[in-house]
Amino acid sequence: MKTIVHKHPLAVRWFHWINFPVLALMIWSGILIYWANSVYMIGPAHKPLFKFFPQGFYKHFHINHRLAEGMNWHFALMWLFAINGFLYILFTIFSGQWRYLLPNKKSFKEAWLVLLHDLHIRKYAPPQIKYNAAQRIAYTAIIVMGLGSLLTGLAIYKPVQFSTITALCGGYAAARAEHFILTIGYVLFFFIHIVQVIKTGWNNFQAMVTGFQVIKPSAKKTSQ
Amino acid sequence: MSEPSSSFPQQTVSDKTLRRKTLFAFVFFIVFLAGAWATFKWVNRQPKEGGALKPLRKTLNANERLFSAMFDANKLVKEYPVSAAAKRVRVNGMDGLRDSVNEETWRLHVVRSSGDTLHLTINDIKKLPKKDLVFDFKCIEGWDQVTHWAGVPLKTFMQYYHLNGQSKMKYVGLQTPDKKYYVGIDMPSALHAQTLLCYEMNGKPLPANQGFPLRLIIPVKYGIKHLKRIGTMFFSNDKPADFWAERGYDYYAGH
Repeated sequence: MKTIVHKHPLAVRWFHWINFPVLALMIWSGILIYWANSVYMIGPAHKPLFKFFPQGFYKHFHINHRLAEGMNWHFALMWLFAINGFLYILFTIFSGQWRYLLPNKKSFKEAWLVLLHDLHIRKYAPPQIKYNAAQRIAYTAIIVMGLGSLLTGLAIYKPVQFSTITALCGGYAAARAEHFILTIGYVLFFFIHIVQVIKTGWNNFQAMVTGFQVIKPSAKKTSQ
Repeated sequence: MSEPSSSFPQQTVSDKTLRRKTLFAFVFFIVFLAGAWATFKWVNRQPKEGGALKPLRKTLNANERLFSAMFDANKLVKEYPVSAAAKRVRVNGMDGLRDSVNEETWRLHVVRSSGDTLHLTINDIKKLPKKDLVFDFKCIEGWDQVTHWAGVPLKTFMQYYHLNGQSKMKYVGLQTPDKKYYVGIDMPSALHAQTLLCYEMNGKPLPANQGFPLRLIIPVKYGIKHLKRIGTMFFSNDKPADFWAERGYDYYAGH
């Protein structure tokens, strides 16, 4: 006999796993679009430290000359991305799941302890069962970023009709840069997320598929 | 911190039930991911319609219907002071401009109906009320530039030449004199107050690479619709052929 705890509701798992391929394809089609005006770089324009993206990158992944294809996918999948995101937010509000998600007063202090623990500087992490303080901040931030992508996206998709949003973003060119930066943010989030999931282990990962996690007798104690 | 585990529903299950639940969830999960991948592959295998995969073309057209129903077709584009306009205006594409053009022999051919065509000189057009427009020109590639144009609003032009019946049709079609570049414009966008038959840029006649002697400036659309060097104008209830829509781009291209 085993004791299991129901950690992730079915709806949250659906939202998560629908978002995964949709966001992946949004980023891919976004790069196809970005190629057509590939102007962003880190560092001074005459001697950039890094260019988004080097020609070799475009060539290797066959990204060049696919602007129309990129836009066509982007403006179809945007619906799935937005609808899935809105349903997730609504579910989180009405199910009370926001209690596990939103950072609280302690989160910002505790997130620091989580970080020290993850970097192997501190031996003990603050106890948790669902999301620790760092996760609360990260998972809330990613929702805000999603909303940011939607708004900056509308600002460059329909700049005449949504001229107010475009103006709030600081204009058309600024909105495009913000849309791009948010995308880079997703990619960074993705890598950290994957590393953390691998480090935390199978029992945690499979809960995102099955919904439940098996409680080990020792784990039960620390979680109290 | 956080919530103790007791705040989540707990259950004691046999090892066999646990294995069954886990297996079921993972089989479903893998089928879901495979289904998503198969759907993507399926869309990519569909035939193309105007250079775009059919399901995506249908979505673009549905987006167009939805947005044209939602939006105010008369909403004005922000205008800037003349001082904000770029002195060096970006040139993108020479399709339809490769022949030479002569102001004396050039004519705007306005096909009122089949067999009934007006032939207008540039001076006929310059006689009509002139409007200056400084706006943020946007290219579908993702760049924008504040630029200064002048010409007669297409709406004024159509009223002056009594093209009232034509203005009730669904589309305006435009072609370069060599017919190598062509666009279709929905009538509400064509009749927008800031849509110009344009013959001046930065206070001077259009340069050859900007469509001398007459081009379209249509601020509610991306640059691909701003046809340079208009040769022929016609009206239709069917979508006129459109250069970039044949190459996979959105027909509407409005924003």
